[in-house]
Amino acid sequence: MIKNFLMNLLLSAIWVALTGSLYYTNFLFGFMIGFFILWIMNRNETDQRYFYRVPKIISFVFYFLWELFKANLQVAFDVITPKYFFKPGIVKYPMSARTDFEINLLTTMISLTPGTLIVDISDDKKTIYIHVMYLTDPETFVRQTQTGLERRLLAILR
Amino acid sequence: MIEIVLAILSTVGALSILFASIGILRMPDFYLRLSVTVKASTLGVGLLLICAAIMFPDVSVTTKAIAIIFFLIITAPIGAHMIGRAAYFTGTPLWKGTIIDELAGMYNEETHELESEESDTDDDDTPNIAKTDEETE
Repeated sequence: MIKNFLMNLLLSAIWVALTGSLYYTNFLFGFMIGFFILWIMNRNETDQRYFYRVPKIISFVFYFLWELFKANLQVAFDVITPKYFFKPGIVKYPMSARTDFEINLLTTMISLTPGTLIVDISDDKKTIYIHVMYLTDPETFVRQTQTGLERRLLAILR
Repeated sequence: MIEIVLAILSTVGALSILFASIGILRMPDFYLRLSVTVKASTLGVGLLLICAAIMFPDVSVTTKAIAIIFFLIITAPIGAHMIGRAAYFTGTPLWKGTIIDELAGMYNEETHELESEESDTDDDDTPNIAKTDEETE
């Protein structure tokens, strides 16, 4: 896993050194070529996790950006129109994330989405308390976050 | 082509910062203000920095922009979380339209520990929701 990633970085550095133009687009292109070469070379290996994980990470980034955009639009609409449409509330959210790194990433993602704010994490690291702006029903919110953001995030990390 | 992308990105970034500042004025209570401000300003500053990185085709500018965005994304949620926690702890009332507060009564008053399950029922767990608009002004 980490060996493949380092190898991929090395291949893209070689590509940048050979082409001689130090731009990020060139580096990304070298990374794609390195990924493709590594994929061809490792087809017979048993550990294929790296090649599933990189497309998942890219799709997760786009999914998160889309969610961010949608939520920002909703909040902006509520800010500029005279009527308040929101129903705020503090929700108890049981996490499936266990290690510190998973909790850190999950809470950062939830906090960065407009309309949700982490108020606190319980000391046994089992639940987080989220202040939600658009809350129709606590169970629905918990289920949506569990099946949407958290499932995708944990599929990458585990 | 690049000019159109730059125009769109910088307009969206500036508008998002503008909406954040209007949100500070318009939102009815502290938590909603915090919730609106932190995210919108992170997005706005991030988009403006991306614009700067596209506009100046210089490696040092791009590196600095990416580093600033990275640290902004790491630090802004932590700051919002600490401010929100401190506000809840000192008893800042929630807006009168708040429909549920599952955090009420979960704190241990002496040790400041937070439980995940309701342990005893004798402590007071009435939510601190404001009755009128004046309390949260």
